[in-house]
Amino acid sequence: MTPKCTANELLAILSARQLKDGMVVFAGVGIPLLAATLAQRLHCPGLTILFEGGVIGAFVEPGKLPPSTNDQRCTVRANMVLGSAEVLLLLQRGYVDVGFMGGAQIDQYGNLNSSFIGDPKQPKIRLPGSGGGNDIASLTNMIVAMKHEKRRFVENVDFITSPGWIHGGESRRESGLPLGGMRCVITELAIFDFDAKTRRMKPLALNLGVTAEQVQANTGFKLEFDSAVGVTEPPTEHELAALRGLDPERLYID
Amino acid sequence: MSSVKSYERLRKDLAERDRSLREKVVALKDIASFVRDGDTVGIGGSTMSRTPMALIWSLIRAKRKKLKCCRSITSSDGDLLFASAVSDHIVTSWFSQSILWGVSKVMRHYVESGKAQFEEWSHLAMGMRLRAGAMGVPFLPIRTMLGSDVLKQRPEAKEFDCPFTGEKLLLVPALNPDIALIHVQRCDPYGNAQIDGLQFMDIDLALAANKVILSSERIVANDQIRRAPDQTKIPFFTVDAIVEVPYGSAPHECYGVYEPMIRHMEYYVDRINKDPVEGVKEYLDRFIYEPKSWSEFLDLIGLEELLTATRAGNSIYDA
Repeated sequence: MTPKCTANELLAILSARQLKDGMVVFAGVGIPLLAATLAQRLHCPGLTILFEGGVIGAFVEPGKLPPSTNDQRCTVRANMVLGSAEVLLLLQRGYVDVGFMGGAQIDQYGNLNSSFIGDPKQPKIRLPGSGGGNDIASLTNMIVAMKHEKRRFVENVDFITSPGWIHGGESRRESGLPLGGMRCVITELAIFDFDAKTRRMKPLALNLGVTAEQVQANTGFKLEFDSAVGVTEPPTEHELAALRGLDPERLYID
Repeated sequence: MSSVKSYERLRKDLAERDRSLREKVVALKDIASFVRDGDTVGIGGSTMSRTPMALIWSLIRAKRKKLKCCRSITSSDGDLLFASAVSDHIVTSWFSQSILWGVSKVMRHYVESGKAQFEEWSHLAMGMRLRAGAMGVPFLPIRTMLGSDVLKQRPEAKEFDCPFTGEKLLLVPALNPDIALIHVQRCDPYGNAQIDGLQFMDIDLALAANKVILSSERIVANDQIRRAPDQTKIPFFTVDAIVEVPYGSAPHECYGVYEPMIRHMEYYVDRINKDPVEGVKEYLDRFIYEPKSWSEFLDLIGLEELLTATRAGNSIYDA
């Protein structure tokens, strides 16, 4: 029997499973922070979490989730605090295994938009912008966790804030970004990776009870489902209990 | 025309400053006299952390105009700067109150209507622009923003082929603000400032700026600074004025002293989400223009909320 859970709970748990013990992960606020902290409590006690505010080796306390990655709560039980430029430079030097972010809008090549909806010259909506997102996405291998909606999964984003594979093929490398790139997208419907050659997003596994048609219907570009597409393991009671213990006020999991 | 100063100009501006070892303590109401309309103002802290809110509050009351404000990440301070017409141009990597409250409707109103400009750089680019400014060089190379539309909007940054490796890099221009506003936990009357916890980009900001105003939770004796020189992050000779302002980041947080005053922030966000134009105007009247003093503003936040935030702030030191 699969326990009932919210879309954000599913996202956090599936994302946490992507992290491996011993990794160094640079986590954004919201689901990434929560999922990295969950992984630390479950299967990755040796996970090193970095935050943009200037934190290495965070151990966020249950029930005291920080409202941003720049708050003092991010430093609880950490190994080190340092300047914001310094922590981002660790990405540039290559010390970070995985960057982990949320997303407002993503396209077929894994480019993320968090800056403008509509024409940037006369935007329908001005979004908050890059923060460290552009830097993380430019410099390391990326996991993104986000809600799966047609308006969020578009053929081409209105604006590339944080680069994925840009226009596919070799275009990322040719832009001056030889390393890193979008590796994995996790949604409440499915998990995706990217074709090694074309760099287009492709379904890797569907979440339990989700059909290919359902995923396609919620995606603004054509997906190729091959016979190897698997099914993800649903969240366990143990994972859900641990997650709910971290966010008892349900700041991020509702 | 480039906004980057020549090296000789940069050195000349610095040489003209009074960098003597002298006491620099002034009253909060006097800090506006250090800021000229049109200045580029670097703001310390990040998001809701160590925001120099009392200094910003004071500039808003003094009705400064056309300030170009630069901050690593901008929170409700940016809303207030736009809505008070103190600033019509904010240079930053991210701008909203906090992820807890979605996209700032005040920011959206001003930017989408073209009344004000939100100039976006990546977070690392903001850091390296200030670092270049602090180092006295006109630019620094970085490996981000390349290939993105963030770069397409920033012709001030230049793509460049490395003369050693041939690799493509991005050169970001130095940022040397006319004035920096920085809030710290403690400093002495000369301006030797100690920052606990997260330092963000504040050290580079202090070194890069042509003038620095500090607000400090406490002003302490020079002897106390000398007992822990490893905690001193900003040297006195970069500093031009100091104000002692307890709770000087309220309603944002100050590391180890108080966490954000979430109920006050929620009140603010709720009000502006209902009506960004009237809501923020009402907030400015009630919380910035009408109080007679910073203490009276704190009174409006309320003792209960200050105590809750203080308890949480102090708890960072619990083992």
